[in-house]
Amino acid sequence: MYRSAVWDEPLLKELEEIKKAHYTPQSVLPDSLQRKTPLNIPDLDETQVMRHFFHLSQMNYGIESGIYPLGSCTMKYNPKICEEISHWEQFILLHPYQDESTTQGTLRMMHELEQMLCEITGMDHFTLQPAAGAQGEFTGLLLTRAYHESNKDFNRDEIILPDTSHGTNPASAAMAGYKVIEIPSTKDGTIDVGILEKVLSEKTACFMLTNPNTLGIFESEIDDIARLVHKAGALLYYDGANMNAIMGKARPGDMGFDIVHLNLHKTFSTPHGGGGPGSGPVGVKEKLKRFLPVPRIMKKDDSYYFDYDYPDSIGKIKAAYGNISVILKAYIYILLMGGNGLKEASEIAVLNANYMKKKLVDSKLFELPYKMLRKHEFVISCERLFSNKGIRALDIGKRLLDYGLHPPTVYFPLIVKEALMIEPTESESKKTLDFYIDTLLKIAQEDPTIIKSAPYNTVVRRIDEIGAVKNPILTWKTLEKIGKS
Amino acid sequence: MQFIPNSPLKNTMLKELEYHDINDLFSDIPQKIRVKNLHLPQGRSQQEVEEHMRLLAQQNKSFCEMPSFLGGGMKPHYIPAVVKSVISRSEFYTAYTPYQPETSQGFLQAIFEYQSLIAELAGMDVSNASLYDGATAVGEAALMCTRINKRKTFVIPSNISWEKKSILRNYTKGAGIRIKEVTYDKKTGTIDLESLKNTIDTDTAGFYLENPNFFGVFEDRVDEIHSILQKNQSMFVVGIDPLSLGICKSPGEYGADIVIGEGKNLGNSLDFGGSTLGIFACKNAFLRQIPGRIIGMTKDQQGKQAFCMTFQTREQHIRREKATSNICTNEGLCMLAAATYLSWLGSKGLHELGMINFKRGQDLEKKIIALPGFTKMFSGVHFNEFVIRCPDAKKTHNHLLRQGLQGGLLLQQWYPALMNCMLFGITELHSEESIERLIAHLKEAY
Repeated sequence: MYRSAVWDEPLLKELEEIKKAHYTPQSVLPDSLQRKTPLNIPDLDETQVMRHFFHLSQMNYGIESGIYPLGSCTMKYNPKICEEISHWEQFILLHPYQDESTTQGTLRMMHELEQMLCEITGMDHFTLQPAAGAQGEFTGLLLTRAYHESNKDFNRDEIILPDTSHGTNPASAAMAGYKVIEIPSTKDGTIDVGILEKVLSEKTACFMLTNPNTLGIFESEIDDIARLVHKAGALLYYDGANMNAIMGKARPGDMGFDIVHLNLHKTFSTPHGGGGPGSGPVGVKEKLKRFLPVPRIMKKDDSYYFDYDYPDSIGKIKAAYGNISVILKAYIYILLMGGNGLKEASEIAVLNANYMKKKLVDSKLFELPYKMLRKHEFVISCERLFSNKGIRALDIGKRLLDYGLHPPTVYFPLIVKEALMIEPTESESKKTLDFYIDTLLKIAQEDPTIIKSAPYNTVVRRIDEIGAVKNPILTWKTLEKIGKS
Repeated sequence: MQFIPNSPLKNTMLKELEYHDINDLFSDIPQKIRVKNLHLPQGRSQQEVEEHMRLLAQQNKSFCEMPSFLGGGMKPHYIPAVVKSVISRSEFYTAYTPYQPETSQGFLQAIFEYQSLIAELAGMDVSNASLYDGATAVGEAALMCTRINKRKTFVIPSNISWEKKSILRNYTKGAGIRIKEVTYDKKTGTIDLESLKNTIDTDTAGFYLENPNFFGVFEDRVDEIHSILQKNQSMFVVGIDPLSLGICKSPGEYGADIVIGEGKNLGNSLDFGGSTLGIFACKNAFLRQIPGRIIGMTKDQQGKQAFCMTFQTREQHIRREKATSNICTNEGLCMLAAATYLSWLGSKGLHELGMINFKRGQDLEKKIIALPGFTKMFSGVHFNEFVIRCPDAKKTHNHLLRQGLQGGLLLQQWYPALMNCMLFGITELHSEESIERLIAHLKEAY
């Protein structure tokens, strides 16, 4: 029986301070600059600090705790060797502005990774600068604007995307100053090419698409889609969050995509870090090369250098050159896997997903809306369970926690009612998949009153999220104020 | 194949699914666009890859092999082993964004601690859970100002890094925001108040002040700056170096509305400019306009203290195109390093570290300007970075490099007015020996 470690861990602020007595701030700055309010950060001993964060770590679930099948998140195993090498002094202790002659190893790594990503995606050029997928999208849309403006085409102010798209797609489009047009999917869960054709116009800047989409369905009509988008003079954007489905099987560049972003922290196994640092490289076709962020990493003879001489470049999108240690881990991962290994990863990721899907659908306890064949992820609906027993997707997710399993993504994509979006990845063994399936089926048959109050075996029970908004406590300071009043 | 446990079971599983071939699972991909293989080298063993990586590593010169005195914001600092130990806990570093709070209480509490620490340092009420870096934080701050007061001009000092200017332009272009610049006082290196007065008006959404600024100089007339902004009801955005706040007054003490900054100096490695941490804090009044994730304290159904993501209706996964920002993945682990680092230092440690950095900055400057031909560019009080005019900056740079040293940052490429100027930076990490070598080689360069 699974039980989470439970510590009644106080806040740092509530730990007993030990050093304060010996401390009198000195003043060295002119009075106008001098800090007047003393800092109120606890003075602790290292043992207290370590034990505090150690306790916290034990109350957190990571990929080494168990399966983590969040749909569209590609939570695969993070090889230890990538982690270890990324901490080597010669990689980690480099200043971004030190002379290029002293960073040739890292420059070579970056240059080679760009080439590898070009081969994997079928694109012509890559930039590693964006810090995450959403920033990759934003970069892609800045490139889109630069491209149209360079063609003296100033009226394209619309971005089209499907109703299955990730939330970051419309958010990035809005941030780049575009109007967002969302189109409904067909009854197969794919792009409605007829509707797309109607919506495309001389105002369309770009069509953003994830392929396979967030239902895990491959957009088989991609050829027609690309043709129509280009006929309208717009660009085709590939959200690479689902790239783990098709490595070595098909490439966005061959499908007609003009811009691609990848999530190195998904497909290329770099750890998610509890929400970053990530890396969202962007690849483009030749016609967009001159707009890419600077600097570009170039090779001349046997040496590598930064090239800033791109007058049409959009400039910079992030400080320095990207999240280098993440980029380094992805490079190591690709070397370990090789072309054959990446292909195998996608094949088994798809096999695992279809295996789980079949077992769950065969049980008749869950429904699978839309097409049968899925790629690396699938979305089942708990609608029947909801109408028969009042059990919601959220309840099932919470109950999974009691069995030591991480829930799938819930309530996404928005077009599926009571959605459970499952992406097992290639990292999980058949035994683990079977246990997950069996547990889901068991839960579906459990007493609804038990499920609706789950979880029981976690650090805390179900959380009052509404209360967190009604009475916001976001810092120690607020907490102290409330205490006083 | 390594890391793929089901590889040997491929055929068994396919059979169970009533498929014959793995390609049957990809039958929905049109033939025309299918590829057979990737033209990449075959996979290699861990040992082989490690050997290859050693070769690459040998082509880099780390701070330990080649001390660097580069300024420009990012500098090497001592990272206590406890920080490395905490961020190496795989429960932390391999976790996803804490969407399932019951099984992410550890990370959520750590973010709450971080928010508290940053709010305390900055003198603000609230902080988010981090942005990508200090440079994109300027862009997000500008967007937030215009959301708050619906004005369309954002003002910056002309002496912020060219990278930040470029990023700011990219972040604000879509929203149609005009960027205006105020000049700096050529003597002191601080904001020219006349220029500021002439630029700020009732169309100004906000003004971004960097303190210490790009030249390393502290802005000492912050109260006057604040009152100019107040008169025009413009937002006051302040960019900080968090390590200066152990000795220097916090932006909250001089009227800032939003405080941002690069937080990588808090326990994160240089990482060739990666592993960045965008600090973003503000006054309570603007809580609902903050970009990115925020963690709140609440209770579970049994009344036990608990943490969760909150005010999520600002975020892209709920609000889509109406979100306050597109940010999703931020810099979680860098934030955790910062929280650990700050709790290890405590108020006392932060004060001492601020003092050491300040003093070393003054000492190094004195030593350099004692050399013939090297002059101080700005008279303003500086922290641990400062600008020096050399007889010939390029020559100096090349000479130092030959001696195994990296000198200051060459400014002339981006700031033509600062011909032959170098931006030097120093921290507690530089050894006395490396400082002596720097001085000796600067001297003999001419």
